[in-house]
Amino acid sequence: MKITLGFIGLCVLFEGLWLYQNKSLEQSISDGSEIYQDFCLQCHLDNGQGVSGVFPPLAKSDYLLKNIDLSIKGIKYGLQGPIVVNGEDYNGLMQNQGLDDEEIADVMNYILNNWGNKSQEMITLERVANITE
Amino acid sequence: MKKKILALLYLAVFYLTSCISQENPPIIETPDQSKFSTSIIVDGIEIPWGMDFITENDLLVTEKKGILYRVKNGEKSEVSGLPEIYQRGQGGLLDVALHPDFDNNKLIYFTASVHVEGDKGGNTALYCGELNANELSNVKLLYKGTPNTKKGQHWGSRIVFDDQGHLFFGIGDRGNRDVNPQDLKRDGGKIYRLNLDGSIPEDNPFFQEDEAIKAVYSYGHRNPQGMTIHPKTGEIWENEHGPKGGDEINIIKKGKNYGWPVITYGINYSGTSITDKKSMPGMEQPFYYWVPSIAPSGMAFSSSGVYRKWKGNLFIGSLKFKYLERLIIKRGKVVKREKILNDIGRVRNVKEGPDGFLYLGVEGKGILKVIVNR
Repeated sequence: MKITLGFIGLCVLFEGLWLYQNKSLEQSISDGSEIYQDFCLQCHLDNGQGVSGVFPPLAKSDYLLKNIDLSIKGIKYGLQGPIVVNGEDYNGLMQNQGLDDEEIADVMNYILNNWGNKSQEMITLERVANITE
Repeated sequence: MKKKILALLYLAVFYLTSCISQENPPIIETPDQSKFSTSIIVDGIEIPWGMDFITENDLLVTEKKGILYRVKNGEKSEVSGLPEIYQRGQGGLLDVALHPDFDNNKLIYFTASVHVEGDKGGNTALYCGELNANELSNVKLLYKGTPNTKKGQHWGSRIVFDDQGHLFFGIGDRGNRDVNPQDLKRDGGKIYRLNLDGSIPEDNPFFQEDEAIKAVYSYGHRNPQGMTIHPKTGEIWENEHGPKGGDEINIIKKGKNYGWPVITYGINYSGTSITDKKSMPGMEQPFYYWVPSIAPSGMAFSSSGVYRKWKGNLFIGSLKFKYLERLIIKRGKVVKREKILNDIGRVRNVKEGPDGFLYLGVEGKGILKVIVNR
């Protein structure tokens, strides 16, 4: 009996630890929504539509969906120079916003699961941490 | 008959389009752009947030991510000795300004987002320091907004001086609009007035009020990113970002409340309403407001006469639409607005140089001198 209880206790502990390190996709999207409102919305706007020719769209953006690591890199270190998004040319500058890796994972999960975007896999803290300049 | 119908049709189209755009008049005009050109003073600066001139060919430029450049004859060198900058969202190294007696005391002021101590996050701070060659020493923190917050928005901040020994700078609402701008006990959403040594003037408007922040000069601001002294009247002119619509030009007066977020001509980015009030007793109306927003940054009057027709006009950068806006003011009203250098890039800053020319800080480029071809 004691052993079973102890085992269950351990399981709960590990589960808790796992959840602590890797939050659920729902939680990540929800945290990412707050980051989006604070750091991204002013340019990319409330439905990720961007401003044609000035700020590239995030909603159904081929650049974003085909270049996830490059997009993470852009958020982490900034992005400057010509890119083509959904057939339109952009030549702007996005500075890094000073977000930590967890915040970047959260905002990516939010962006990748909104406005018609649907991601196969969750962006993890590790994936963001492993992307270098 | 045909002409009449055509004229009516024109009128109808004009009326309809002006209804749809609902641009606050005067509607912006786009003159022949071939008259305007620029020459590059210095390039390779991502976000040239602030600048000030030591001489015509020797200037200080801040790069938002935390670099102060001294630019001599187009060559830029990094100035050492800055405090640690907290780069987050719209924050970073912001404005820089020479002390009015810089020639003798070598002092400069700058505003920056910093995390000095206390809670996580940061807030806007004002520093001064002594500049010798490319080295900053005796750096002193003169003022720092509290509390720290991890919010990325609305740090301000420009620095200007009056001729009575005061310095003015602003801090935006720090992403906490319902708490900060209307509360005199809190930082954020304020223009501050200090003596040049950083002390607080005893005749500041809220100096005698218990618990009020004594450095406050005016309040109810959202995010002031342009400020200049009117060359004739000596008034402090300011521009600030509204939300969606409702960017403002204000003339800053002692102790006044500029209304954010109780009154505004703007709405939330999502399109929902912030308030149904555009005016209230005891709150200042803007001198001018932009609908739609242009995202104004930087502000300068052309006082020199080097541009024949621009003397006395006001110039403001548009981050959003990537041009320099010229505003002609007559009898206390904006009577004409023009796009200058259409599509030049996000204009972050505008200054009149010692040579009387206008200089722009343009994102992704650097510092450009404005030239009008005759």
